[in-house]
Amino acid sequence: MEIVMAFVCGFLFMAAVYLILSRSLLRIIIGTGLLSHGAHLLILTMGGLGGESPPVLADGVTDYADPLPQALILTAIVISFGVTAFFLVLAYRAYQELGTDDTSLMKGSDEDD
Amino acid sequence: MKANNLILQFTSKIIFFIIFFFAVHIFFAGHYTPGGGFVGGLLMASAIVLLVISFDLKTVQTILPINYMYMTATGLIVAVGTAAFPMLLNKPFFTHFFDYFTLPLIGKTSLHTAALFDLGVFLVVVGVTMTIIQTIGEDE
Amino acid sequence: MINFLLIPILIPFFMGMILMFCQKHVGLQRFLSLITLLAASVVSFFVMLKVQADGIQTVTFGGWPAPFGITMVADGMSTLLVFTTFVLSLFIVWYGFESIGVGREKHFYYPGLMFILTGITGAFTTGDIFNLFVFFEVLLMSSYLLLVLGGEKKQLRESIKYILVNVVSSALFVITVAYLYSVVGTLSMADISVKIADIGQPGIITTIAVLFLMVFGLKAAIFPLYFWLPSSYAAAPIPVLALFGALLTKVGVYAIARTYTLFFVHDLSFTHELLLVLSVLTIAAGCIGALATFNAIQIIIYNIVIAVGVILYGVAQMNEVALEGAMFYLVHDMIIKAALFMLVGLVIYVSGTANLRKMGGLIKEYPVLGWFYLIAAFGLAGIPPLSGFVGKLLIVQGGFAAENIWSSLFILASSLLVLLSVIRIFLYAFWGEPGVRQKINPKSYRQMLVPTVLLVVISIAYGVGSEWVAPFMDTAAKALMDPGIYVDAVMKGGE
Repeated sequence: MEIVMAFVCGFLFMAAVYLILSRSLLRIIIGTGLLSHGAHLLILTMGGLGGESPPVLADGVTDYADPLPQALILTAIVISFGVTAFFLVLAYRAYQELGTDDTSLMKGSDEDD
Repeated sequence: MKANNLILQFTSKIIFFIIFFFAVHIFFAGHYTPGGGFVGGLLMASAIVLLVISFDLKTVQTILPINYMYMTATGLIVAVGTAAFPMLLNKPFFTHFFDYFTLPLIGKTSLHTAALFDLGVFLVVVGVTMTIIQTIGEDE
Repeated sequence: MINFLLIPILIPFFMGMILMFCQKHVGLQRFLSLITLLAASVVSFFVMLKVQADGIQTVTFGGWPAPFGITMVADGMSTLLVFTTFVLSLFIVWYGFESIGVGREKHFYYPGLMFILTGITGAFTTGDIFNLFVFFEVLLMSSYLLLVLGGEKKQLRESIKYILVNVVSSALFVITVAYLYSVVGTLSMADISVKIADIGQPGIITTIAVLFLMVFGLKAAIFPLYFWLPSSYAAAPIPVLALFGALLTKVGVYAIARTYTLFFVHDLSFTHELLLVLSVLTIAAGCIGALATFNAIQIIIYNIVIAVGVILYGVAQMNEVALEGAMFYLVHDMIIKAALFMLVGLVIYVSGTANLRKMGGLIKEYPVLGWFYLIAAFGLAGIPPLSGFVGKLLIVQGGFAAENIWSSLFILASSLLVLLSVIRIFLYAFWGEPGVRQKINPKSYRQMLVPTVLLVVISIAYGVGSEWVAPFMDTAAKALMDPGIYVDAVMKGGE
């Protein structure tokens, strides 16, 4: 199962890198979203997928899930939600102000304005 | 873009309340089962967004005259205030209190300070999401 | 009061929330911000004294036992940095009253400042590696807000790059923490230190060390990863730039210093050698950048990169003298960078351009500005008895003790290049034929000059009075040298 997850993470990172390297701002933002999804899945995988029963510590229970990765992922999801939302607003403003969403047309030196 | 969206407007009025109550349910369910302030807040925001889609931003502002920035700030104060309250009792930050109470109608219930923290999170999530949607939506 | 060490972090946090309600009342916001920063400075000073007197202070959230809960740890290094942070931001906010503009002040400039301070001081204080990530995100989110505030074209363009770089680095941070968690199974920094010592740092931990160096190096702007810094920072208005330049990269430096003294101390010949090479290259790259540009702001920005290299060079030596030097230099650099940005901001304010070729002859009209700039420039280069001297002396001494003769000589030589780069501003802007001028408001010029001059005076006092500061630096360096002190304090606090 971990092998499959590793491939899924790898695939997500691959897609994310491809999208981030493209020119369109929207694709870049979707790319960063995929990148954080990949990172979250990686936490889940690295924390160990084993454990059938809920994370309850009691005498005699040995096969319990690790509660920590879920907590970490939730935190990371909330943060990436906030960052993505902010990034979207910023990209929209930049599109309005600069009149383009093509990053290669956004280049310019400090003397421009 | 005044399209004839009578059906959408009519249904969204009903669905808004369904989502609203589901959001409240998810918020309270969050203590022992999946759910909580973040998910509840997102659902709540999505209900308001549904209204924004079927009517428009101005109408929704008249129905719900809320300053979402203040809502975010209130949520933060509630959440961090709950976390900081134990400091007055010389307990570590984020210490969690709970007890069992017998309430009218509901019966024996456990009340937690964590729910207050979650309420703060709920308000922050609704506030932030709606602020962002307003910022993008205002120019149209 | 077991939560004493948390109060400096919570004061700006609460005030940030309250300031969100007084969005339209600029005067009230200014007053409350100043009061907050003053209170936070005083409290953090007392926390520093307490740590100096009673040793490392810890508190674990929610009353959990130590390695399981999130621990906040105030040791010598972190309290020193927290105190410096608040004092600097006090002056930067004061300076900003005249230069930031009411438009920004009405759009959550002060709440943004408060939240960025929460993030910075929290990152300095936390003892949990994932909590460090959370505080990094708090400070990054606020820095996005502060960078884009105002909505000029240049700002929008640069903040997109800045956010993209930081989102990627945050994703890498999460990935690195995931790897570390899978190897050691804990997130508490003290516990990680113990677990790594138990397994004796196998290859996988060294790989994680390099990954951490990449993550924090992106924030601290070390050699191959500093490319985003010059253009992004140049887009910010001067007070924000002073805040970023003085504090943000230092958080990355702090994180590298913390992880490379607490976790990864069992394979020095690889990890610290890598850090040493990278820090030397960072200095070289920064010097080239600072000498190549004719933009006054860019010169100081490249000097941030140089300073990061010098501090990390001290960390890479991994002996007490060099670490003490690194601490001295870290605090010195925070103060002097803020002062220099404020001085250059004034130069740009009176001349109306950042281009050195167009400036000139300012010394006749603005002698105070000119001479204080010269003092700050000498301080940056480390001319005794000014503040950069002691730090650099100790770092180089540590370098010789660790038998890195050539690279230590290189650090010494780089001081000359640093001096040359900042003196160029003095030569072009203050001497020579009068250049372009901008019509200014003498009252706001004076109001900006006062905090700037005071900050330069503080930096002089820091250099001259380094004898009195030395005990604090010594405590900080001792705790860094011996991870056992940190670990014991955290584990004991859980009982």
